[in-house]
Parts: sequence; structure tokens; C-alpha cells
Amino acid sequence: MTLIDNAAPTRRSVLKAAAGLAVGFHLPAKDVLAQAAPPAAPEINAWVVIRPDDTVVLRMARSEMGQGTRTGLCQMIAEELHCDWSKIVTEYVTPGQSLARNRAWGAFLTAGSQGIRQSQDYVRRGGAVARTMLIQAAADAWGVPAAQCTAKDSVITHGGSGRSVRYGQVAAAAARLTPPQDVALKEPKDWTVIGQSVKRLDTAAKTTGALVYGSDLKMPGMLVAVPKECPVFGGRVASFDAAKVASMPGVKHVLKVGDTAVAVVAETFWQAKTALDALPVEWNYGTNRAVSSQTIDAMLTEGLNASEAFVGNANGDARAAIAAAPRKVEAVYSYPFQNHAPMEPMNATVVWTATRCDVWCPTQNGEAALIATAAAAGLPQTSCDVHRVDLGGGFGRRTTHDWLTQAVLIAKQVPGVPIKTQWTREEDMVQGRYHPVTKCKLTGGLDAQGNLTGLHMRISGQSILSYVFPTALQNGRDPVQFQGLNAGGNDSQIGYSFPNLLIDHAMRNTHVPPHFWRGVNHNQNAIYLECFLDELAHAAGQDPLAFRRKLMGNHPKHLAVLNAVAERIGWGTPPPAGVFRGIAQQMGFGSYVAAAAEVSVDAAGKLKMHRIVAATDCGYAVNPRQIEMQVEGSFVYGLSALLYGECTVKDGQIVETNFDTYNVLRMDEMPKVETIVMPSGGFWGGVGEPTIMVAAPAVLNAIFAATGKRIRTVPLKDQNLRA
Amino acid sequence: MAKLNINGQVVEISAADDTPLLWALREQAGLTGTKYGCGVAACGACTVHIDGQATRSCAMPISAITEDQKIVTIEGLSPNGMHPIQVAWRDLDVPQCGYCQSGMIMAAAALLAEKPNPTDADIDAAMTNICRCGTYNRVRAGIKQAAGSRQG
Repeated sequence: MTLIDNAAPTRRSVLKAAAGLAVGFHLPAKDVLAQAAPPAAPEINAWVVIRPDDTVVLRMARSEMGQGTRTGLCQMIAEELHCDWSKIVTEYVTPGQSLARNRAWGAFLTAGSQGIRQSQDYVRRGGAVARTMLIQAAADAWGVPAAQCTAKDSVITHGGSGRSVRYGQVAAAAARLTPPQDVALKEPKDWTVIGQSVKRLDTAAKTTGALVYGSDLKMPGMLVAVPKECPVFGGRVASFDAAKVASMPGVKHVLKVGDTAVAVVAETFWQAKTALDALPVEWNYGTNRAVSSQTIDAMLTEGLNASEAFVGNANGDARAAIAAAPRKVEAVYSYPFQNHAPMEPMNATVVWTATRCDVWCPTQNGEAALIATAAAAGLPQTSCDVHRVDLGGGFGRRTTHDWLTQAVLIAKQVPGVPIKTQWTREEDMVQGRYHPVTKCKLTGGLDAQGNLTGLHMRISGQSILSYVFPTALQNGRDPVQFQGLNAGGNDSQIGYSFPNLLIDHAMRNTHVPPHFWRGVNHNQNAIYLECFLDELAHAAGQDPLAFRRKLMGNHPKHLAVLNAVAERIGWGTPPPAGVFRGIAQQMGFGSYVAAAAEVSVDAAGKLKMHRIVAATDCGYAVNPRQIEMQVEGSFVYGLSALLYGECTVKDGQIVETNFDTYNVLRMDEMPKVETIVMPSGGFWGGVGEPTIMVAAPAVLNAIFAATGKRIRTVPLKDQNLRA
Repeated sequence: MAKLNINGQVVEISAADDTPLLWALREQAGLTGTKYGCGVAACGACTVHIDGQATRSCAMPISAITEDQKIVTIEGLSPNGMHPIQVAWRDLDVPQCGYCQSGMIMAAAALLAEKPNPTDADIDAAMTNICRCGTYNRVRAGIKQAAGSRQG
């Protein structure tokens, strides 16, 4: 048996395929993943559709990649909509629909831990406006003032008469009303849905194999493309011998993709991959062939002492204070390239014709995906659209669309035929957009009493913005470089006041493209600062917590989370025999977080992480259980990076090609995680990323406590923790 | 042409002998619940049962499987998604992105079949699947809850 239909599709069959796909999403996922269809049911406003059977369809612009944003956004709309929670389904709007309606759904970008915090005002408002209109429609029908009516669980009741009507019965009338200009949002003290640990809306289909990911898409007549880019970034295709593989089973096309890649298009993935592996390709690698991890390290080391650097945060005269100090402490830390390695390798399914291009793909930014599609398709955005599916992991990799551009360029060479471009894991590993590589030299001055008199933190290495958004550089300076180290602001402010401080960045870029990677520059900045403060505390003969507290008087929220983890871990009391503790804190993505770790290191240098306590102050906590899941997950990601995460460069290309050489944390290494959610109110912080940044420094500080050996290079995998 | 017994049905697969079972399931049998993660049996996203044993299907050519060997995929684990592991997974909201979870569930179900009351060490030894979202602690809790529900 075979499900592959090789008949050349007509335009009509392609459109039918597209329609069938939308239905396909409906059935297995119980509407949760439905594409936004033209509203057959009354649309109350952009966010809310109520079907006659009372189903509440809530529209999503942000993407779901496991972080729980779908459920959190629904909680915020439902808080104001007063709908029956059990009747909620969600659907993705397309960026094409948004374009046609003047960006009615706001931003699609799902990154920077902002899915909830940057949407909260307008989605709650959307719920409140819809509720107001539904109540007004009922009041109009009854001929009573709307103020006498209330709504609860999708039922509107008139207080005087006791009459009631369901949302589904008045939705059509409500949809015809003019939306109110001003609606009052509930005070946080009155919330009944926000703040509750409701269960996720999208779990069931993930337990039966029914959820359709991008790599699972099927369309009649669809072919599968497996591409290979030049393994050296910046290199090009010199030549390839298509005839050698053209007659292999299932092979339909052997293509050059732009100037930099080749692809085999076949009936199935396995046929395409088999032929691609057999395809002779000559590459013009270019000058980057000479780059290696060693040459990059030498360039970064030079930057540690360079005279020119961009200043990120400074007060007083750190250099003079350190020079005058009776005691100087200095250390150099390193952080490597790392691949996002989401479990689902990059993929996109594309139908291109001379007049229209539709893509189906997992993306963290539908609007950016539409721009990339239109550019590659050679068509206006209004002739293209992006149909989203849930992501099999994102972590930042799917905020950029090199893989989508490539998929469109492939499909463009096979007009009218649905082409699913599916990367191998090997391609995903060597064509990543990597965690930036940096080194950092830290220098501190201590006075005779062990007080820190000055701190200089020199970062040397890659700038993400200079690759991704060069126009966002500020006179050449990359402000994102200083995440967690900023003097002010409500996103990533440093948690200490130093008498003299200089934090600067010698930008040293490489040909390996960097990108936003869960936690971004916080990951190394927190290691650099929090481990070096530990070094200073030990040099001063002081307790690391007490040493920090002296510097945190002006930073009560940073201090509060640090105190919370210290208390929970039992800081100051003896740990179990052979177990040692470390702490770290940081502010990022609008939230204050801290971690305290308990580890042991055996005589052979083997690490065991027993327990990590994490505290998060995210201002308002929409779903505490979701936050717990994000904290646990961020620790797996951050500790995988600490233990194993490293992509090395040889002959200009990435060496690690799969999970056998790019290992990640497994269940047997996973510590017990205790999560403290301590929202102090008054602000909205993110939760998807922040705790990742304190996982590694807390563990590194605990390793030092256990061994007396300071580890300053990530990852740990090839280092002896004791000798 | 290979004949495979998949979820209780004998299916004729028209694919080259060296085609991994994973791709025969996904592309010939149309069962996409089993996922591609690495292709080198390192991550476990492709885990299925062959005669009850958790097996990484991405590195198992269809020529190595006989018609009388019973292959069970996530779609065939239970009639209505009511295997105790699946029930516990929903109860505890174990999945995040979910992509690795078919393999996780199949590995956990095979573990429970062999050891109805697994210890932490049993779980550590059997559950070597990769999850990048970081669901490990909830996977462990889910296995224990499912084990408890079977005994209760």
C-alpha cells in the first residue's frame, strides 16, 4: 500500500489539498489546532468567535511550542469574557489575515518570553469588549438596561427577572453591534481565571500521536525535498552530478537551491535522503575554510585586552579603583557555540505558483515568515500566506526563516506541486543559528576588609544583533549583549550596586551565524557575573550569600528571590554529607529569578546534581503550574548546555552532527526541582526563559564548594571537575 | 514488498528493503505519530514496540522484521488513548511541545509491562529518550502514577 499520489496536481487539486489540510487539523486535535477559517460562526471581535452551539473560539497570533502560551492567553481572554472554560477551542490566525485587517491581532513574535506579557492588555481587552457586546445584545432583546445583566460561564442573566440566555443564542446579534470604545478591565484582586493552575488545553492529542506537526503534513501529490547547504557558512555550490542519482527510486528532481545548496526531491523522505547521500557535490568553500575553534578562540582572547570596546554599564572609575586596591582578583571565562536542537528538525511545506504561494510550517513568528515567503516567492505578501502548526520545539531557532526561504526556493522550481522540505538532524546541527560564542575577563579589587572596590567585566565575542538586526545597533554597540547587566530598565537590570563598575564589550564576530537561543546573552552573562562574585566572596573569606547581600541594598526584588531560594535550600545549615551548595540570581525578560543547587562530586570527578530550588517573581503569575513546568524545562535546557552543549568548528564547518556527539541531559541526570512562584504584583514578567540563566551558575558555584576547583569553561563534558 | 504486522493488521509495504521502519510507518503506512528526531537511535522519538520490546524504529530496516513480529505504534497502544500511561500523561500535563512524547509514552508503556512497579533506578535505566522542553520530572511522576493506578 502507498499513500503517495504521483499524479501531477492541477491548481484545483492543490486548493483542495489545502482545504483538506484544514479539515485534517480539525479532526485529530479536536479543533485546538484549526486554521482560522472564514468565520461561519459570528465573530464578536478579532479575538472571539461564538458558535451557535456555544463553542468559544479564541484566536491566537502567538505560536504554541510547548511553553503553554495557548492556555495562558485563553485564561486572560476568558477572565474578561466570562465564558464556559470547557467550551473553549483555539485557532491560529494567519499573518495574511492580519495584514488584511490592519494587524488586528498585534504581534505574532513568540520569543523573548513575551507571549503573555506583551499580549496581556489587548487580549484581556478583547475579552471584555466581547462580553460587553454579548450582554448588550441580550439586554436589547429583553428591552432592559445592560447594567442589570451579568454574565457567567457563557450564560447572561437579567437580575430583575431571572431570565437567562446562552452566548451562542445572542452571538449573531452581538456581532452586529458597534464595539464599545472603553471597557474597564478587572482589578487583579478580582481575577478568578488568571492565577489558577488550570490544565493545558492541548495535551490530549500529544498523548495519542494525533497532533499534526509540520513534518507530519500530507497533501495529495506532495513530494519531499531533502536539502544540503554548503557545510561551510558563506560557501557555494561549485558543481553536482545530478545524473548519478536521477534514476534512483522515487527521485523526481535534483535541484540547485540559490547559490549555496542542493536538494533532492523524491516521493518520500527516505528516497530523497538516500539519493542526496549518493549525490556527488563539489563545494566552493571560500575563505572561511580556514576558520577553526582555535582561530576563533585566539580572536576572542585578543578582544579581552583590546583598547576599544562598547560600554554597557559604568559608574565611578573601575580601572583606577582596581589599580588602587590592595588585592586584585582576575579570571577568564568562556562560553561556546550551541545549537538549539529542537526535537523536530526544520521543515516547511510549500505550494508555489506564478500567482500565489502558501506555506504550512512551524514558526515562532508568522509575520516574519510571511515576509520571508513573499521575498523568496517573488510575489507580494498579499499573494502569499503562512498557515501555522504547533512547533516541535522552538527555543529561538524558529524566529528566523532561512529554512523557509530555502523551502520556497525549492518549491518554486516545481510549480503547483506541494513540496515538503524536511531537514535531516545532521543538516539541522550543521546549519544552525547558534548561541553566540564569547569569552569574558573579570577583574575585581578588594580592600583590606574584603569589600569590593571596583569591578571590570570585559566581554569579547559575537553580537547577535549585528547579524540579525544590524539596524538596531546603537552606533555600532549591541545593547542586547548586556542582558542582565544593565544599570536600569524593567527588563534585565543588574541586581547589584558596585562602587566602581565598568562592563564593556569588544565585538568580535565570526562567520558562524549567531541567533537568539533560549535565555540568549543572559546565559553566559549570568555565569560570568555570578561565578566571579562567588570567586570574590571566597577570596574575601566571606559567605557567598552574605557577600552578595551587601551589594543588593538597592535591589529589593532581586534580593527577595535570592533570599527565598537560600531559605528553602537551607543555606547556613549543614547540607547532607558530601553535598555542597551554590547560589545565583539574575533579572531577565522582566522577571526576577534565583536558584540554589545541591550537588556532589565523587572522587573520580563525576557530578551528581541532587536538587535545585528556583524562585521566580514574574509580577503576575497567570498559571502557576505552567510556570513550574517552564522552570523545570528551562533547567533541562540550561543544564544540558552546561554539561554537554558545545558546537566546535573545524575547517570552517560545525563538527557535531547529531545527538551522539551533541549530547543533552537525560532523565537519570535530572535533579529534583523545587519551584517557588512568588509574584509581587504590579508588573508582567516572562517565564519561558528567565530561570535558565541561573541554573548553570548555581551548579558551577556548588561544584566549586564541593571541589575547590573553579570551572570557568562551558561545557563540563571533557573536563575533570577535580584534577 | 515487505509484509508487516502493524497495530494488529498485516500491511504490505512497498519500499526498499533498507528503508527504516520509522519511514515505512510514516510514509507508507501513514502513521505519523511516531517521530523522526535523529535517525541514529540516539533520541528515542521513534520508539515503537516490536513484540512488546521498546525499539528505536529509525535504525531498524524493514528487511529485519518478519511478518509474525507484532509492531505496535502510539496509534495502536490503546483503543481510545486510555492506556494508564496516556491517562497519567493527561492528568499531569506531562507534554510540552509533545514531539518526543510518542516515543516517551511507548518507552514508558514497555517499562510498565516488564516492571509493573518500577523503581527510580528502573526508570533511569529504561527512559533514555531525549526531551528538549524538559519534561523529565513529569515523565517520572507520570510513570509512577500509572504504576499506582494499575495496582489500585
